[in-house]
Amino acid sequence: MLNRNHRIKKILHITVLRVLAALFIFPLAVTVTNSFMSEQEIANNYDPVADKNLSSYNDDTANHFARFQLIPDVVVLKQYYNVLIKKTQFLFMFWNSVLITFPIVIGQTIVATLAAYAFAKLKFRGRNFLFVFYIIVMLMPFQVTLVPNYLMAGQLGLLNSRWSIILPGIFSTFGVFLLKQYMEQIPDSYIEAARVDGANQLQIFLKIILPMSKAGIAAMAILVFIDNWNMVEQPLIFLQDAAKQPLSLYLSRIIDGEKGLAFAASTLYMMPALLNFLYAEKYLLEGIRLSGIKG
Amino acid sequence: MRTGKLKTNNGYLTWLFLWPSLLGFSLFYLLPFVTGFYYSLVDSPINGTFVGLHNYGALLKNPSFLSALANTAKFTLICVPLNMILSLGVALLLNQKLPGRNLFRTIMITPLVVPVASVVLVWQAFFDLNGVLNSLIHALGYPPVDWMKTNWSIMVVLVGYLWKNTGYSVILFLAGLQNIPAEYCEVARIDGASRRQEFFRITLVYLTPTTFFVFVISIINSFKVFRETYLISGEYPHNSIYMLQHYMNNMFMALDYQKLTSAAFIMAAFIAAVVLVLFIVERKISNMIN
Repeated sequence: MLNRNHRIKKILHITVLRVLAALFIFPLAVTVTNSFMSEQEIANNYDPVADKNLSSYNDDTANHFARFQLIPDVVVLKQYYNVLIKKTQFLFMFWNSVLITFPIVIGQTIVATLAAYAFAKLKFRGRNFLFVFYIIVMLMPFQVTLVPNYLMAGQLGLLNSRWSIILPGIFSTFGVFLLKQYMEQIPDSYIEAARVDGANQLQIFLKIILPMSKAGIAAMAILVFIDNWNMVEQPLIFLQDAAKQPLSLYLSRIIDGEKGLAFAASTLYMMPALLNFLYAEKYLLEGIRLSGIKG
Repeated sequence: MRTGKLKTNNGYLTWLFLWPSLLGFSLFYLLPFVTGFYYSLVDSPINGTFVGLHNYGALLKNPSFLSALANTAKFTLICVPLNMILSLGVALLLNQKLPGRNLFRTIMITPLVVPVASVVLVWQAFFDLNGVLNSLIHALGYPPVDWMKTNWSIMVVLVGYLWKNTGYSVILFLAGLQNIPAEYCEVARIDGASRRQEFFRITLVYLTPTTFFVFVISIINSFKVFRETYLISGEYPHNSIYMLQHYMNNMFMALDYQKLTSAAFIMAAFIAAVVLVLFIVERKISNMIN
């Protein structure tokens, strides 16, 4: 009896998880498969949403509603052709996203790794106080320091330049927070042993801390990449020049017009983040895991 | 702190590690933070005269600020606990031996890595007046709802938030669960603890540090929902999802820096208070465990 209950419970649990998994993956699946649909098919499916002249739900006919169709009737690559070859604007914007995101990821990785080591393993006065301050500032939305940041960027001549976004991005305290948690898991005895063997601070950092923090650093780099690949507010404020804006802003604008194009652009846009994730999933999970164990 | 820290006889080396971060932090976060406070106390950002708390007083009488404040508070109060309960539930499910649980885990965390801009399209098609959700409601014989333009819009934002953030919290909770030594539960069971007692007295207590971490991350991400809201409905969404960030952005566009900075500091004070209280509670519980 007990065994049977147990089995029923297990089946129930699996079902719950399957339903959740389907819900979680659905928006992605729609975006990707619809990027291979013809304009005609897209129009059939989404016109009720796109064309506001059609919209009035008083009509009883069901075809006044949009519908999701997962499998294209005919697979076409026209949308990709349009996005990649016909409309070069997309590639420009994509490149803008790369030019903003990569310096931030590289910069923050270096700065945060160094600082996290100091916070996790070195003793200095005011350490806890400073770290709490880092956390509080990390929690503030971008808008809190918007005006002074804007005025300072003006003073430094950075307005309308990518650097007005890149520099604050590099020094965001999120990386320090995540990695400090991670590095605290490394037993002090390793460091003590190295010191007994005559290693100095720098050697300890390079030969022990860095190799042992690989997963944490990788996780941090991926999370920082995703966060900045996604940014909306900063370019909105700091980059008036449309030619410098990243793809995230551009996508929100083309949605109103050419839906078909938008699906292909969206798919291409999520690819770097998605591939990055699938490639480094192991590290990401491990990094998130170990950083979250200690509060 | 809990782990014994190492003594460094060469203190200057500490600063070698710290100064790049500290310098940038001061320049791009601390200094703006402090000057921001100054702006909130004067009547104009350039050559302004000191007006004390006047801006704050004016702000607290401003209806659109008050509604933005209430909306943000309401949203955070709903979405953070909901995210934590949901993800703890899923983590508990995934903590058993189930076939394909690694795949579930991967799928749960994918939304985190997908750029918001990429799925906004699907979001819109789903919640639009003529969208997919309404076609289902219509099929059931009910009148359609204009989800983004009624008080329901907060639900739309909530769904978006949960979709994106649950996976991350699940991973964290799962790690926390796997870190609780199995003996603790065994001992409790031998002592005759019920499943419920075991969950509340052992699992939850030992999950405290993880919970704190999930809480911090959930709050950060609750503020990031602004992106989704902005991408779906622009600068002036429905009143019920007009957040503090919308307000601040719009004050910025209107060049009303006094209102913006005062609003920013009211928000900052709230956040700091919440974090400090939780930090203290977490320390207390952690010390109790050790």
